[in-house]
Amino acid sequence: MSTEPKAIDELLGRSYRHGFVTDIDSDTLPPGLDEDVVRFISRKKKEPEFLTSWRLKAYRHWLTMKEPHWAKLRVNPIDYQAISYFSAPKPKADAPKSLDEVDPKLLETYAKLGVPLHERARLAGVAVDAVFDSVSVATTFKERLAEAGVIFCSFSDAVQNHPALIERYLGTVVPITDNFFASLNSAVFSDGSFVYVPPGVRCPMELSTYFRINAAKTGQFERTLIIAAPGSHVSYLEGCTAPMRDENQLHAAVVELVAEDDAQIKYSTVQNWYPGDEKGVGGIYNFVTKRGECRGRNSKISWTQVETGSAITWKYPSCVLKGENSVGEFYSVATANNYQQADTGTKMIHIGANTKSTIVSKGISAGHGQNSYRGLVKILPSAHGARNFTQCDSLLMGGNCGAHTFPYIETRNPSATVEHEASTSKISEDQLFYCLQRGVDEEDAVNMIVSGFCKTVLKELPMEFAVEAQNLLAVSLEGAVG
Amino acid sequence: MSLLKIENLSATVGGKKVLNGLSLTLNAGEVHAIMGPNGSGKSTLSYVLAGRPGYEITGGSVLFEGRDLTTLAPEERARAGLFLGFQYPVEIPGVNNVYLLKAAVNARRKALGLPEVDAYEFLQLVRGKMKLMQMDESFLSRGVNEGFSGGEKKRNEILQMLVIEPKLAVLDETDSGLDIDALKVVAKGVNTLRSADRGVLLITHYQRLLDHVVPDQVHVLARGRIAKSGDKSLALELEKRGYDWVLEVA
Repeated sequence: MSTEPKAIDELLGRSYRHGFVTDIDSDTLPPGLDEDVVRFISRKKKEPEFLTSWRLKAYRHWLTMKEPHWAKLRVNPIDYQAISYFSAPKPKADAPKSLDEVDPKLLETYAKLGVPLHERARLAGVAVDAVFDSVSVATTFKERLAEAGVIFCSFSDAVQNHPALIERYLGTVVPITDNFFASLNSAVFSDGSFVYVPPGVRCPMELSTYFRINAAKTGQFERTLIIAAPGSHVSYLEGCTAPMRDENQLHAAVVELVAEDDAQIKYSTVQNWYPGDEKGVGGIYNFVTKRGECRGRNSKISWTQVETGSAITWKYPSCVLKGENSVGEFYSVATANNYQQADTGTKMIHIGANTKSTIVSKGISAGHGQNSYRGLVKILPSAHGARNFTQCDSLLMGGNCGAHTFPYIETRNPSATVEHEASTSKISEDQLFYCLQRGVDEEDAVNMIVSGFCKTVLKELPMEFAVEAQNLLAVSLEGAVG
Repeated sequence: MSLLKIENLSATVGGKKVLNGLSLTLNAGEVHAIMGPNGSGKSTLSYVLAGRPGYEITGGSVLFEGRDLTTLAPEERARAGLFLGFQYPVEIPGVNNVYLLKAAVNARRKALGLPEVDAYEFLQLVRGKMKLMQMDESFLSRGVNEGFSGGEKKRNEILQMLVIEPKLAVLDETDSGLDIDALKVVAKGVNTLRSADRGVLLITHYQRLLDHVVPDQVHVLARGRIAKSGDKSLALELEKRGYDWVLEVA
């Protein structure tokens, strides 16, 4: 790096010529990706050298890779040179000045979700400078966490303040060579969350990106790293529960979890990115790599996800069960309405002895939606006495949607037990009429039936989140029947 | 004014004519039994009254407390006080019994401009009715009809009826598939609902239910219309002689 300052200065100069503005808070790189862009991002974030070279290594590997097309998805070609890889928050001049200027349809959705008024303004991107309650809430959180020794900050802050932890753990669960989108993310990731829970500490509260204000507008390439030291516990909630006003764009995040001996991580996601309109125009391509490693004995990682948004969802939150007696869980509800496509599931890799995994997947398809469950249960020769239970249920609403199940099971240890159950059903006229005959109107009846279908997953979510998730399901399936 | 007045009703299902000029008047306080051979249109009548999609009225009229029932959506009919006890109650996995019950009661209260029920009082009320129906409390938190036996499903229908307190209950073969003890419990439930301002339309194959719920009138439905009406002795006669003699007369 010591020989590079000149090159970077040159780069900065060159970027400037391309209409780059010096105002650090509002600059955006012109579209395109090369090594200079990767260096620029790293430099902009004042990263230590190990990280710059890590990003470059990832970038160079990415160049050798091909976009994967094995999922059951129809993806419009993505032009990676047409994307801008560094974009500061939108200038306030472009943002709506008050709630009056925000699309009423969006506000109606917020009202249905029960989002408090001041949060609605923030989520809609209203450029008001008022200080919301959440600022003081966030401060209280920080103090309580600091007392417990828990580190919870943006990824960028962690790079500055805890570089040793980053260097030790980053890329150890999802290596830079893992897959096309993970490699791309490793090269250009913008920001994300970092959590470290010290040995024996039970994190005193649910950690949530919702309260970490500076994460609310992170870019399309988030990077999250959660480390649970021996004997610690943490529950992390991710996701904005309201729709984002985004155009058709790529969102390629990476999440890495590490659970040491006797540690437990519970990671809950409610994903509601913009799904595109009723005709399938626009919406987010949500291509995410999430993986947790149960590194220590008796450790446990539990993924719970409610995926209602995005035009295309491609994600498989997985568990690598290395430690003896470690436990992996995956609970998922995925909906695909209108022209949404979801190809989601999990991988459970059993390495340690007596490892145990549970998979419960509930897919709901409506409109022209296509919903696939894709899951791998792999039992390695070392995993004596490993056990897996998988349950995949699909619910169809209307005649134009589809549900698909792709379970892969590889067992290389004869002492393992693997169970798989699957079902596909329709919201029947009978169920609907039964509810109507009891005086319940159609919309409530559909919500009731869908919530019932998803119950085993929704009950895994923290209480306050479960209610929001249920409302979200209702909103995302609005008009799906009748 | 009668509670239910059906005049010259005709209806088709999937293009096939099933009801053909049916007329029937039921006053508040009365229990009528409808009997008849398989395929005579008994279940169709119950679905037509409840407004099930696919059951098309092609002629005649149905008045419920003087109101034209046929223009109302199924949920509006329910809120107006019409209850259908299903012959084959459907399972709705994951939806608590008590949750559906409460939604049903609140939907009706909302239509009447009343506030939602108090959760605690409601639970007390439901518990009382469950005791009457000899149902275990665990039914409250189980999914609607989920994994219930045939008899449990029928009891659950009657429980719902007792909690919702409709003005008119149409019970479609609620007695079929019940053993004699369950039959008595169901009959007790129906008798509990009986009052001067309510009516019950019992659709049944067997006279044995009528030993326990004594009807004011018995009708024989054949080829989509009422072929014969009488008092409870008609049911006993049908039990002895079958339906053929009625069909010949019709």
